[in-house]
Amino acid sequence: MMASSYNAKDEDGHITVSGPGGGGTLRGKKPENTAFKQQRLPAWQPILTAGTVLPAFFIIGLIFIPIGIGLYVTSNNIKEFEIDYTGVDMSSPCFNCSQNFSWNSTRPCTCTVPFYLEQPYESNVFMYYGLSNFYQNHRRYVKSRDDSQLNGNVDSLKEPSKECEPYAKHDGKPIAPCGAIANSMFNDTLELFYNDPNGTRVQIPLTNTGIAWWTDKHVKFRNPGGDSSNITASFQGTSKPVNWRKPVYELDTAADNNGFINEDFIVWMRTAALPTFRKLYRIINKTSSMVPTLPRGNYTLEVVYNYPVRSFEGRKRMILSTISWMGGKNPFLGIAYITVGSVCFFLGVVLLIIHHKCGNRSNSADISN
Amino acid sequence: MARETEDPGMAKASKVKRQRKKKTKENKTRTVHANLLYDNAKGEENPNRHYANNKIKTTKYTVLSFLPKNLFEQFHRFANVYFVFIALLNFVPVVNAFQPELALAPVVFILSVTAIKDLWEDYRRHRSDKEINHMDCLVYSRAERSYVEKYWKEVRVGDFIRLRCNEILPADVLLLSSSDPDRLCHIETATLDGETNLKQRQVVRSFFDLDCDFDPIKYNSIIECEKPNNDLNRFRGYIIHRSGRRDALYKENLLLRGCTIRNTEEAVGIVIYAGHETKAMLNNNGPRYKRSKLERQMNVDVFWCVIILLVMCLFAAVGHGLWMFQYGDKRPVFDVLSPDGTDLSPIMSAIYLFLTMIIVFQVLIPISLFVSIEIVKICQVYFIHQDMELYDEETDSHLQCRALNITEDLGQMQYIFSDKTGTLTENKMVFRRCTVAGVEYSHDANARRLAMYQEMDSEEEECTSHGGTLPRRDSVTSHQSARVVLRSQSTKSHRRTGSRAEAKRASILSKHTAFSSPMEKDITPDPQLLDKVNECSSQMDFMRFHSQPMSQLPSDLADVIDFFIALTICNTVVVSSPNQPRQKVRVRFELKSPVKTIEDFIKRFTPSRLTSGSNNSSSSSLITNRSSNKGCSSMLSSPSAESTLTKLDEEQPPRDLEHNFGPVLPCYDGKAWNLEEGELRYEAESPDEAALVYAARAYKCSLVGRLPDQVTMELPHLGKLNFELLHTLGFDSTRKRMSVVVRHPLTDQITVYTKGADSVIMDLIKPPDTGKRQKKIVNRTQNYLNLYAADGLRTLCIAKKIMSKEQYACWLQHHLEAETAIQGREELLFESALRLETNLQLLGATGIEDRLQDGVPETIASLRKAGLQIWVLTGDKQETAVNIAYACKLLDPEEEILTLNADSQEACALLLEESLHYIQAKFLCSSTDQAAKAFHSNFTTFEIYPSSSPSSSSSSHTPPFMVHRLGLVIDGRTLAYALDKSLEDKFLAVARSCRSVLCCRSTPLQKSMVVKLVRNKLKVMTLAIGDGANDVSMIQVADVGVGISGQEGMQAVMASDFALPRFRYLQKLLLVHGHWCYSRLANMILYFFYKNAMFVALIFWYQFYCGFSGSAMIDQWYLIFFNLMFSAFPQLITGTLDKDVSAETLQQLPQLYVNGQNSEEYKPYMFWMNMIDAFYQSLVCFFIPYFAYADSDVDLFTWGTPFTTLALFTILVHLGIETKTWTWMNWLSIAFSIALFFTVALCYNASCPTCYSPSNPYWTMQRLLQDPLFYLLCVITPVAALLPRYFYRACQGTLFPSPVQVGRQNILSLSRVKVGSPLSPKPPFLSLAKPSPKGCNIKDQRSFPSSRASQEPVLQMDERGRRSPLGPRDSEKGLSDLCTLVPTEIDTLPYTKDAPPLSGEPWPPSTKDSECLDKTLEVSDVSLSSWITSTPVLAQTDSVQLNLPPDGDSQCAKYTRNSEERLKPDHTIHPAQRTEQAVEQLLHTTL
Repeated sequence: MMASSYNAKDEDGHITVSGPGGGGTLRGKKPENTAFKQQRLPAWQPILTAGTVLPAFFIIGLIFIPIGIGLYVTSNNIKEFEIDYTGVDMSSPCFNCSQNFSWNSTRPCTCTVPFYLEQPYESNVFMYYGLSNFYQNHRRYVKSRDDSQLNGNVDSLKEPSKECEPYAKHDGKPIAPCGAIANSMFNDTLELFYNDPNGTRVQIPLTNTGIAWWTDKHVKFRNPGGDSSNITASFQGTSKPVNWRKPVYELDTAADNNGFINEDFIVWMRTAALPTFRKLYRIINKTSSMVPTLPRGNYTLEVVYNYPVRSFEGRKRMILSTISWMGGKNPFLGIAYITVGSVCFFLGVVLLIIHHKCGNRSNSADISN
Repeated sequence: MARETEDPGMAKASKVKRQRKKKTKENKTRTVHANLLYDNAKGEENPNRHYANNKIKTTKYTVLSFLPKNLFEQFHRFANVYFVFIALLNFVPVVNAFQPELALAPVVFILSVTAIKDLWEDYRRHRSDKEINHMDCLVYSRAERSYVEKYWKEVRVGDFIRLRCNEILPADVLLLSSSDPDRLCHIETATLDGETNLKQRQVVRSFFDLDCDFDPIKYNSIIECEKPNNDLNRFRGYIIHRSGRRDALYKENLLLRGCTIRNTEEAVGIVIYAGHETKAMLNNNGPRYKRSKLERQMNVDVFWCVIILLVMCLFAAVGHGLWMFQYGDKRPVFDVLSPDGTDLSPIMSAIYLFLTMIIVFQVLIPISLFVSIEIVKICQVYFIHQDMELYDEETDSHLQCRALNITEDLGQMQYIFSDKTGTLTENKMVFRRCTVAGVEYSHDANARRLAMYQEMDSEEEECTSHGGTLPRRDSVTSHQSARVVLRSQSTKSHRRTGSRAEAKRASILSKHTAFSSPMEKDITPDPQLLDKVNECSSQMDFMRFHSQPMSQLPSDLADVIDFFIALTICNTVVVSSPNQPRQKVRVRFELKSPVKTIEDFIKRFTPSRLTSGSNNSSSSSLITNRSSNKGCSSMLSSPSAESTLTKLDEEQPPRDLEHNFGPVLPCYDGKAWNLEEGELRYEAESPDEAALVYAARAYKCSLVGRLPDQVTMELPHLGKLNFELLHTLGFDSTRKRMSVVVRHPLTDQITVYTKGADSVIMDLIKPPDTGKRQKKIVNRTQNYLNLYAADGLRTLCIAKKIMSKEQYACWLQHHLEAETAIQGREELLFESALRLETNLQLLGATGIEDRLQDGVPETIASLRKAGLQIWVLTGDKQETAVNIAYACKLLDPEEEILTLNADSQEACALLLEESLHYIQAKFLCSSTDQAAKAFHSNFTTFEIYPSSSPSSSSSSHTPPFMVHRLGLVIDGRTLAYALDKSLEDKFLAVARSCRSVLCCRSTPLQKSMVVKLVRNKLKVMTLAIGDGANDVSMIQVADVGVGISGQEGMQAVMASDFALPRFRYLQKLLLVHGHWCYSRLANMILYFFYKNAMFVALIFWYQFYCGFSGSAMIDQWYLIFFNLMFSAFPQLITGTLDKDVSAETLQQLPQLYVNGQNSEEYKPYMFWMNMIDAFYQSLVCFFIPYFAYADSDVDLFTWGTPFTTLALFTILVHLGIETKTWTWMNWLSIAFSIALFFTVALCYNASCPTCYSPSNPYWTMQRLLQDPLFYLLCVITPVAALLPRYFYRACQGTLFPSPVQVGRQNILSLSRVKVGSPLSPKPPFLSLAKPSPKGCNIKDQRSFPSSRASQEPVLQMDERGRRSPLGPRDSEKGLSDLCTLVPTEIDTLPYTKDAPPLSGEPWPPSTKDSECLDKTLEVSDVSLSSWITSTPVLAQTDSVQLNLPPDGDSQCAKYTRNSEERLKPDHTIHPAQRTEQAVEQLLHTTL
C-alpha cells in the first residue's frame, strides 16, 4: 500500500481517479459502466435543418403577430399630449424667461402656455415634465449622491459621502441633500388651468403624492431624526444645495411630503436612463365617472420658469398622458412584435422552399454517393 | 578481521590522500562516513551534515509562504496581471468606474479558485509526505547498540539501517550485508521503472566474505561516490577501507529508495543518498506544461479582443472629448466637476475616460475563460480516464492522462510517428523457426498452433466487442481455450482481494503471467530437429559413459546441441517455480561476471573444485586439460591471494540435483510435456530471451536453474548439466549482442556462447577460409536470415567460440583490470567484451515473430482514413520493418514503394532529387487526372461531403500537397544524410508526398530529429507513440507524446502526455475523445468570446446615449458576476458533455477527424463571425429595450436590469442553438442559471435600501417582475437577436452541411447502407482471395497456417490471383517482369518464376562453387515456401527501388518500377554484373 502511495507515478500530479463514486478501489481500476461516466446519458440531439426548424418559425410568427397587433392597439388607445415650453423661439411665451441662465435669480419668471386638447381624457391623467438633452445618466452625475444621507442617517447628514463632492459642503456646512443630482433638481412649477368655453379659468387639481415608488418614499428616503414633527430642527446645521432657492425642509408644507421624502425630490433622484426623459410630475385623478378627467377644450399651462436648460440645448416639455397596463404610449413594441413575427413567418416560408427543393435532394444524394 | 588490525599509518595516508582528492574533485563526488563515528561529536563535525536528510517535502508551500508564493506564481500568467491592473485602476478616483472593492471581486475570485485548487493539491501532497515520513525503519543506534525503530524522516546519510523482507527502502542504501548465503538481496523495482521482475543486488565486495553478522560499530570505511543524480541505472564510486584498499561500487550494490525488499530475510546497508537526493525522488519530476494548438490560436484572438477593447475605448474617449467640447465653457449641470471642484478640459476628461472605459469593458477580455478552460479540461481528462473502452482488463490499466492541458490537441493531429516493436507489435515474441548449421527447420506445426491462437483471440475479441458488457469473460464457454479461463481467473482473483496492496500485487502477478502466455510458452517442436536433438544427446550420453571425447561427435550434431545450449544459457533468464517462495537468482551484471577475481579463477580451476562443477561425479574423466591450470594459476597469482585462498579448501556442498538417465522418449505432445514441467517459470529481461528459452525447452533442453556462478540445464538423456558461468557480457545496443562464458561440463572447454543481431554476428564469424563447411553454413544461414527478415521475423544469430585456458586467462587479466578501473570503466569493459567476441563459429539463427497487437491494422487503416499520416520509425532492419508494415496495412501491396538507401551525402542528395522528379513526373505533371483518381481511391474520400476538398488532408499552413499512393522506406544511414540541413527540405518534400513512411534502423536521436523536422518545417501537429526508452526523446519532442504502458518499463510512459495500454486504443483516443475534446473546447472558446463581446457591446451602445461618460446601465454587480456566475454553468456543461457526433459514428467515419485537423471548428474567420454576430445581437438587445422605453419615465437601473435578463436569455438560447446534445444536465444547468440570476437579483434588490451605490437597486427587480413590458421584452429580444443565427444554422444544415453535420444527420441511414459502400472500412485484400488448386500450394500446405494467414487471404493466391489487383496493364507482362528482376543465376532455374523478388532487393549472390546446384535448389525451395507463408510483400510488384551502389560508380541513381521494366531495362540492377563483394556490401548497407 505504501508502495503505491509512494509511487513516483502517482506523485507527479496526474489526475488519479478522484471523481464521484470512488468505488474504483474495490473493483480494480476498471471504470464504472455508468451512463454518465461513459458519456452515454440519454440525450436529445436536435439537428438543425430546414425541415426540423420550420415549425418553430411558423409558430413564432403565429404567436408574435397577434401579440404585436394587440400591443399596437393598446398603445394607440393611450391618449397623450405634449407641449414644449422651453421658449427657444422668440414667439414662444416663455422666451423671456428662458433667457435667464442663472439658477438663483431672485425674480421668479412666470409664463403662460395655452394649448388645446382635441380629445377628452377619460381616466386618470398623468402629468409629466420632460427634459431633453439632459444627461442624467452621466457617470459622475449618477454617482453624485449619498443614499445613506437620504435615508436619514444623521452621520451622513453631517458628513456627506465623498461621492457628493464637490457638492458635499458649502461654506463648511454639509449640504443636505448633497450631490449633483439633488443640486440640479427640477424646480419649475407647473399649473394647469382649464379654460371653460364660458370663459372661466378653472384650475385643475393636481395631486403631488403617489408619484414616487412606494418603496422609495417609505424605505429608501427618510428624513433625519425619523418622523419627528420638527423637520426644520432635523436639518439644523446643514446648508441647502447651491442651486436651490429654499432648503430641503421647505419643499412642501405637508409634513409627509417634506424634506427628503418630498415626492418631487424622490422622483428627481431616480435618475433617468436616457438623455431624453420624462418624469411624473402630478396626477390628475378622475373625480367622477360622468365627466372626463380632462375634457376637450382649451387649457393654459402656467409655468414658474426657474430651470435653465438653454446652456446645454435642453428642452422642457409638459406631457399629459393616460396610461394602460403596459405603461405609456409607445407603439414600438407592437410594431416590433409584428415585424419579428412577419419576418419569422417569411423565413419559415423560405425554409419551406429550401426544404422542398434541397432537403430531400441532398439527403438522398448523400446516401446514393 | 585482518582489516581491523591495519596499521594506522596506512589509514592516515589514505585519509590524506582522500582529502587531497576531495579538494580536487570537490564538486564531483560525495563522501559518506558512518554516522556512528560522529555520534558523540557535535553536529558540525559530522562530515555528512551537508547532505539532505531523509525527510521529504514535495509540497510547494508552507503555511506562511502559501499566499505570497501562490500569488507570485499566478501572476506569471499575463491575464491575471492584467486583471489586477484593472482592479487597481479602480482605486484611482478620477477613472474609477465601479466600486473599487467590487472591481476586485472577479480577480479575487479567479485567484482564489486557483489558489484553493493549488492548496488542495498541496495538502494532498503534504498528507502523503507525512505518511511517508512517518514510516518506520530500523536504524542502528550507538547508544542502544542495536537497531531501533525510527521514522523515515529521521534517517540521515551515513546511518546504518536494517531492512527486512517486504520492507520498502527509505533511502538509497549501499548494501553491506545480507542474510542471503550468496550475499544477495532481491528487490522489486516496479515502483521505479515498472519492471515487475525481481532485481538482484549484491553486497559490496569487501563485505562479501564476512562470515559473521555485520557489525556497524566496526565499520570505519569511507565511501566516495558520485553526486546525487537521477540515473537509475548508474552508480559509481568506491569504498576506501582503513587499510587503504579500495573497492569499486556498482549500481548492483545500491538499493534504491522506494523499492521493496523481497526474498531476503534481512539486509543491512548504509544510507548514501537520502530524501530528495535519492534517485527515485530526483526522477520524480512533475507534469509538464504544454500549450495546445487551440490555446495558441485562442491567444491570438484574446489579443484581438484587446485590440477591439482598445478601439472601443478610444472611440468612447474621443466621443467623450467631443461631447465635452460641444458644451464649450457653458458647463452643463449634469457634467459634474471633479471632486475638488476644478473643471476638466475635454482632452483630460477623454484621457481619464479612456482608462475608465477599459475598466468598464474589461469583461471583453474573458477573465473566466482561462479558469473555465481548465475546469473543462479536467473534466475531459476525467471522462477519458473513465472510458471503459480504453481500459485494458488484461493489465488492469487504463489510459492515463499525464498532461492535463492538451486534450484538445488529440483532435488535431496530422502526423503520427510510431515505434514498431511493442507499439504496433505486442512485443510478445513467439519462436517461429530456426536454422541450425545451415539447415532450416520450418516448424510448421508450430505455425499451425499459432494460427489457432490467433483464431481464438479473434473469437474472444468478438465476444467482448459485440456484447459490450453482457458476456463477461467468465461466461465464455469453457471449450474456448484454457487461456480465456486463466485470464478471467486472474482478473477475478485480484478483484476479490481486499487490500489495495494485495490487489496490486495480484495485478502484477497476472501481468506476469500475461507476459509469457501459453502462446509463447508452448512451442511445438519440429520433428526433424527433435530427432536430431535426441540422437545427438543420446550419442553424447553414450560417449560420456564410454569416456570418449566429445569431439568425436559429428559436427552437425554437435552444432545442434551447442545451438540449444546457447539458446538455453546465453541469456539472463531467471528460473522460478511457484512452489518455492519465489526463490529466484538472477544475474544482471552488465559486462561483469561472477568470476570476481583472478583468485576466483584460480580457485575454480583447481582440481578440487572441478569435480563439483559437474553434477555427474562419475564423469570426472571427461575433464581434460587439468595440467594447463597450473600454468595459469602461477601466472595469475596476485598479492592478496591469501585472503581468498582460504576458501579454496572449502568443499562445495554436494548438490542434490537429480538427473534422469533413463531414456527420454521423444514426446511430440508438447502439452502433456508442458504439464509436467510447467511449474518452472522463466522471467526474462526481454521477451526474445524468454521465447528462445521456451523454444529450447520444447526440445527438452530446459533451463532448470540459474545461480550467479552456474547455470543448470536439463538435456534429454544427459540429465541435468551444470554449466559453470564464468562471465555474462550483457546485451547492449551498441554491441547488439550478448555473450556468456561458461565451462562446458562435458568437454570442460571454456566456451563462449554469443547471441546477437545477424549484422554484427556475421561480421564476427571466423574468416570463411578456415573451412568449407563453416563457409557453407554462413552462406546458407545468411540466406535464411534474409528470408526470415522478409517474413517479418526478428532474427538472431547464435555463435560459439571455444577458448583455450591460456587465451581465457589473458583475456581475463585484461577484463579484471577493466572491471576495477575507476576511470572510464564502461569503455574499458566494452573493449574487453569486443576482444572476447571475435572469431566466432556460427551455429545457427532463429526467427522470432513479434506478433502484431490486436487491432493494429484496423487502427492504422482507420487512422489513415482520418487523414493522419503515419510514419513508423523503428530500429529494426528494413526487411522486418517492411513486412510488419505490410502486415499492419501501413504499406499497401497496391502502392509503390520508394526505397532510399544511400551510402553518402551526395548519393542521398541524388536519390532524393531523383525521387522528387519521379514523383513529379508520375503524379503532378504527366497525368493529373490519374493522380486525382489515385487520390480518390486512395483516401476513399467521404464523397457525400461536397465541402471536403481533395486537399483537405494537408494542413492549412502548407500548400496543398498531393499524397500519393507511395510508400517511402528509408534506412537509418540514409536518414542521417537526409536529415542534414541541406537535404531536409527535399527529404520532406519526398516524404510528404508519400502515403506512408517507414524509417528503419533509426536511432532514438534520429527518431526525435524526424519528429522535430516534420513538426517545425511542415507546421503540423505531431503525435509520437512508443513504448520503450528509445522512444522517449521522440515522445518528448512531439506535440503529443503517447506512451504504451507495455512491457518495456515505464520510461516512455513517464515521458508521455498520455499513456495507453494498447496501440489500438489510439483510435478511440484520437477519433472520439480527440474530436470531442477539440470540438467542445473550440466551441466553448468561441462561445466565450461571443458572450463577452455581446454583453460588453450593450454597454458600448449605451455610451452614445450617456455622452460617452462611461456610465453603465447595468448594475455593476450584474456586470461583474454575469460572467462568473450567471452564465458560467451551462457553457461548462456544454463544454464538457456536448457531443457533436456520437462515438460510434466517429469511429465508423474516421473522415470526420479531418474536422479537427483543419481546425474547422475554430478558424480565425469564425472568431470574427462570432464577433459580428455578437455585435448584431447586442444591437438588437440594446435597441429593442431602448425604443420600448424611449421617452418614458424609466430610471437608469430599472431600464438596465432588463438588459441583464435579456442578455442572459439571449446568451443561453444561443448556447442552446450551439448545443448538439441535450442531456438532463444541460437543461438543469440552464434552469439553474436562470434561477440563480433571479434569485440573486431578487435577494440583492431586497437586501439593503441604502447600499450598492450608485445603482441602489432597491426593489427594482420586484417592480420589474410586475411589469408586463418586462416579459414582453424578454420574449421578443432573444427571438429577434437569434433569428439570423438560427436561420443560418438551419440553412447551412440543409444546403451545405459540414461533414460532421452529415455524420450526425445521416448516421442512421448510413448504417443502413454501410455495407459495401465506400464509407465502410473494408480490407482491400478480401476481394483478392481466390482459392488456388496449384501444386505448389499443396506442396507447401504445411507452411500455410502462419499466424497471419487468417488475416490475409492473399496468401492463398496463386500467381494469377496475386496479379489480379494490379490491373490489366500488368497482367500480360507479369511473368517477364518478375524474371527480369531476379538475378540471372536463379533465372536459369526452371522454377524461379515462382520465386518472387524480395521487395525488389537484389538477390543475394549464390556461390558459384561446386555446390551451386545444390544450393540454388535449396534456396529456391525455401523461397518458394517462404513466399507462401510470407506477408504480402511478395505480392506487390509495383515497387520502386532506389538504390545507389556503394561503390558509387554509377553517377545517377536508378529507379525502376517493375511494371515499367520493359521500357527501361537499362535501369534494372543486375547484381550478377557486379562483383560478389560489391553485392555483399550492398546487402549490408541495405539491410
